[in-house]
Amino acid sequence: MMANDGDRNRHQLSPEETRRRVNAGLRRRYRSEQLFRFYGICSVSLGVVFLLVLFGTIIGNGYSAFQQSFVRLDIHFDAELVDPDGARDPEVLSAADYSLLVKSALREIVPEAGSRAERRELNGLVSAGAVFELRETVMADARILGQTRSMWLPLASEMDLWIKARSAGESGEDVGGRISANQRAWLERLQADDRIELQFNKAFFSNGDSREPELAGVWGATKGSFFMLLVTLLLSFPLGVAAAIYLEEFARRSWWVDVVEVNINNLAAVPSIVFGLLGLAVFINFFGLPRSAPLVGGLVLTLMTLPVVIIASRAAIKAVPPSVREAALGIGASQMQMVFHHVLPLALPGMLTGAIIGMARALGESAPLLMIGMVAFIVDVPSGPMSPSTALPVQIYLWADSPERAFVERTSAAIMVLLAFLLVMNATAVWLRSRFERRW
Amino acid sequence: MRLPTLLLILAATVLAAYFLGRQRALSLARQTGGIRSLHSLPKYYGYYAALGALLPGIALLLMWAAFSESLITARVVASLPEVLRNQPEAQLGLTLNDIRNLAGGQMYDESRSAEFAVAADLYNSLRDASRKILAGLIIALSFSGFALAWFQLRPQFRARNRVEAAFRSVLVLASLLAIVTTIGILLSVSFEALRFFRQVPVSEFLFGLNWSPQTAIRADQVGSSGAFGAVPLFVGTLLISGIALLVSVPIGLMIAIYLSEYARPRLRRIVKPVLEVLAGIPTVVYGYFAALTVAPVIRLAGQQLGLEVASEAALGAGLVMGIMIIPFVSSLSDDAINAVPQAMRDGSFALGATRSETIKRVVLPAALPGIVGGVLLAASRAIGETMIVVMAAGLSARLSFNPLESVTTVTVQIVTLLVGDQEFDSPKTLAAFALGLMLFIVTLILNIIALHVVRRYREQYE
Amino acid sequence: MLRMEKPQDVVAPPADAVPAATPVEAPRIAPDTVGDVTARDAVICVRGANVHYGDKHALINVSLDVARNEVIALIGPSGCGKSTFLRCLNRMNDTIESARVTGDFRLDGQDMYARDTDVVMLRARVGMVFQKPNPFPKSIYENVAYGARIHGLAANRAELDDIVYGSLERAGLIDEVKDRLDDPGTGLSGGQQQRLCIARTIAVNPEVILMDEPCSALDPIATARIEDLIDELSEKYAIAIVTHSMQQAARVSSRTAYFHLGRIIEVGPTDKIFTNPSHKLTEDYVTGRFG
Repeated sequence: MMANDGDRNRHQLSPEETRRRVNAGLRRRYRSEQLFRFYGICSVSLGVVFLLVLFGTIIGNGYSAFQQSFVRLDIHFDAELVDPDGARDPEVLSAADYSLLVKSALREIVPEAGSRAERRELNGLVSAGAVFELRETVMADARILGQTRSMWLPLASEMDLWIKARSAGESGEDVGGRISANQRAWLERLQADDRIELQFNKAFFSNGDSREPELAGVWGATKGSFFMLLVTLLLSFPLGVAAAIYLEEFARRSWWVDVVEVNINNLAAVPSIVFGLLGLAVFINFFGLPRSAPLVGGLVLTLMTLPVVIIASRAAIKAVPPSVREAALGIGASQMQMVFHHVLPLALPGMLTGAIIGMARALGESAPLLMIGMVAFIVDVPSGPMSPSTALPVQIYLWADSPERAFVERTSAAIMVLLAFLLVMNATAVWLRSRFERRW
Repeated sequence: MRLPTLLLILAATVLAAYFLGRQRALSLARQTGGIRSLHSLPKYYGYYAALGALLPGIALLLMWAAFSESLITARVVASLPEVLRNQPEAQLGLTLNDIRNLAGGQMYDESRSAEFAVAADLYNSLRDASRKILAGLIIALSFSGFALAWFQLRPQFRARNRVEAAFRSVLVLASLLAIVTTIGILLSVSFEALRFFRQVPVSEFLFGLNWSPQTAIRADQVGSSGAFGAVPLFVGTLLISGIALLVSVPIGLMIAIYLSEYARPRLRRIVKPVLEVLAGIPTVVYGYFAALTVAPVIRLAGQQLGLEVASEAALGAGLVMGIMIIPFVSSLSDDAINAVPQAMRDGSFALGATRSETIKRVVLPAALPGIVGGVLLAASRAIGETMIVVMAAGLSARLSFNPLESVTTVTVQIVTLLVGDQEFDSPKTLAAFALGLMLFIVTLILNIIALHVVRRYREQYE
Repeated sequence: MLRMEKPQDVVAPPADAVPAATPVEAPRIAPDTVGDVTARDAVICVRGANVHYGDKHALINVSLDVARNEVIALIGPSGCGKSTFLRCLNRMNDTIESARVTGDFRLDGQDMYARDTDVVMLRARVGMVFQKPNPFPKSIYENVAYGARIHGLAANRAELDDIVYGSLERAGLIDEVKDRLDDPGTGLSGGQQQRLCIARTIAVNPEVILMDEPCSALDPIATARIEDLIDELSEKYAIAIVTHSMQQAARVSSRTAYFHLGRIIEVGPTDKIFTNPSHKLTEDYVTGRFG
């Protein structure tokens, strides 16, 4: 680039020529402006469409899991079969083979099923979980023995899918592959007799995991998640608030505080699976804590949530105006008293909001839990933070991996439950913020 | 004595100590002429006594939790017969696990030899003894701690200052936890990784083209077979994260631009939270969406076009991961764009630039460092993302850049190697930690650069 | 798909935020203004201008001409609407969502706010220099070349060089920066930055230059240089300058308009305004009783 200074006779465009040249480019420039704006609109719509498709898929797949097909059978509680010696010994009652009762009730309705294969097909209509219900009925009141009761028992998952597809007006062909022509005919007859009904799926909300989709529920996972979050909240909130107080109110600017700060920000961005590795190596292998325990999960999630809580709490403390501090110090409070009596109460809503948002993040986290053995197949509903359990997102992962078709709708339904919890938590955070937000 | 009972006793002692300390302060005050003769308020004397009862017990409890298990294990191992004791490390770990399970009553395996039962009994009795000793020690310690504090209490005793100093140390300790966590990650992960590198050379791990850890499962082959060349995993991770960034960066950036430069406030108020919902959805949901909905659609589309598409194609996982990162990119870009002073835009408009010219030629170049920082953070997020790839990407380590093929990633392999059977010392398991170390280092570097860039950028316009 | 967009919306905010161009049948001289608002050989004619920001009526029934090759100073206490008025003259208020502009604005007899008036072209013809120097975060060369590039004024690199050097020369900056044209424009001193912004503006070859307190962020020496520059530039361009400093108005302008609470109180030759104002408010202001 050469500068001919002193050359005062540079060519300069006349105003008319300038206008002509600007005009020449206008059409092209407006086209590219429109195009650019169009890209923007497309991107925003894409984002919204993604969200709608996601929710649409999950709700579309999952809403049917909140219902379950039941069949009404006239069960004859045959005292001979259940309790041959008539002693009503609970152990005998509990060990009896209740499936025989179901089988005979089915045979009464469909007497023509003669061959072994046909009988097996017939017995396959009813869920394996039906026997538990009969056992509970008998255990609750043994006087029922010898009587005949009409009971609603859950259908097996394939039958359930078929019934649901039919009641939704579909042919049921795409789910029909797994059930035989006989079973179809029987189901149709049962339906015609008004013996089949879609009822609210209570089991889904009260059971733990199960290999049988119609018995599988989210209660175990929900309780596991609850214990985990309890541990996380009890640890991360006080620790996070304490760290934030120190960094905001007591620490003097130094390289050391910078290191701590960089560390906190960085920890907030470390992949969650690395925390899982830490949990595995330290809590399980070094401290010898049990695998699959919500306590360990809670500890790992605490380390993960801590940066979030610290960052939120610092922001909340920063928002308290210095005049409050000066006023407190001015009447002779010590710095500790100033912080705990004046700053902390004012910053508390903001801190709580941050903690809830951190908890919501922790609730949705699954990768680190895989590392510490919370993916085990656990039927029992956990009773405390030390009993083996799983968590809601991990339960979703497990079901998503299951080959049975009926788990598809249950996975989606479990996702809906999880999203509902997240929604409630985030709404609480938003409410807290708007309720207690103060403008200084 | 179970732990909860112990904690209850400790809590009761602490509470009692508080009231006794306070009482003591009040009676001292009565002797010396009223409450004003005390240095601090009576409750601080109570706090001081309570701290005296609490701190030694807590410290002991933590130490006990850290070391008792390994001590017990060592004793159990020492008691084992020669044959069992001299097994290779991996086998020994399995044996110990069996013993623990047996001791916990979780296994009723009659076929186990008598040695196991003996060891399990020993394990149980040691744990029992350990619990009793711990309970006794803690109670003794908290009483003597309280006594020590009690005898220090005088009217002139600076109780408030002492209590505040103790509190302050608690605050400092809490703030150090972040550093402890980082060091903990580094130490624990690299410790296991080093054990892995003793069996598999670093160069093979970093540059080897073949990954098949499963063959090393049998005991007689430990360390001698199985291929641990991680290049296919790195390539797979880059491929999927690359697709994710290709999706999320343009869309996220355009969303940020549209919302901050074009959209009217009302639209912005509605759309922004809606998009933030995308960020709040757990990753396992995205994984399910990718596996159940997106992958079949891609396969179908591929068939229509006559393309061979694997059922776990990298494209599906990458696309969904991209969707997940969109709100992340857009909110960071939004921050960067909003930090550009309005004066820049005015200068450009005043020269007759259209809005898009202003954005492309002035706003974006000015916001570039902030946007780059955001993209780096997004990249670190994509690399470390686990659930989507575990559910929607493949397991076979194929060295391929084709997005329609199935590839595997670092995180997928970590999960596959560590979920399921736990033989803690085989190179197969340790490899997961080596991969974890790589993951941690790479994301750490990305994060630090990104945070630095963003911070510098903010300072520039402040 | 593209046809869905309305072309006239491209630069301006969506339709209802576009300041409506309602030609008002305004009296030739606004009743509340003392002195002659018209000028011979006017390039800009404004009649009956009103601006609302939301509920706030920021400019009330203002009429004023700007003549070719004159420097007109707009003075008045802060918040009096002088900057608002200036920003109307190249439709910079379009970028403010809540602003609503009415009245008759003409550039060379053409309605500035008419539907078919192109705002890009308008701003190419009416340039603006801001209160705080705002060079783009680009090199010095690119800063000056920016306008020429977006408008496609240069057919080739040589022409672009011509435009850049010529503008820097006319802005009196060339000697200071000719060896570091590739350095960032933000690295210059405040006064140099402001001259760079002026160079950037004249590179587009405008007919009118609007200056919004161009010296308020500068030290006295830099201010003096800019004032000299304004003097030189007035040979070629019509210049409207908003200023807080009455001395500056007196030094650079030939005509002065005094704004007060959104109205023009008095317009006249600069000497007259400062030495012999007709209106009481003007007198109070120039004698320093308030403002």
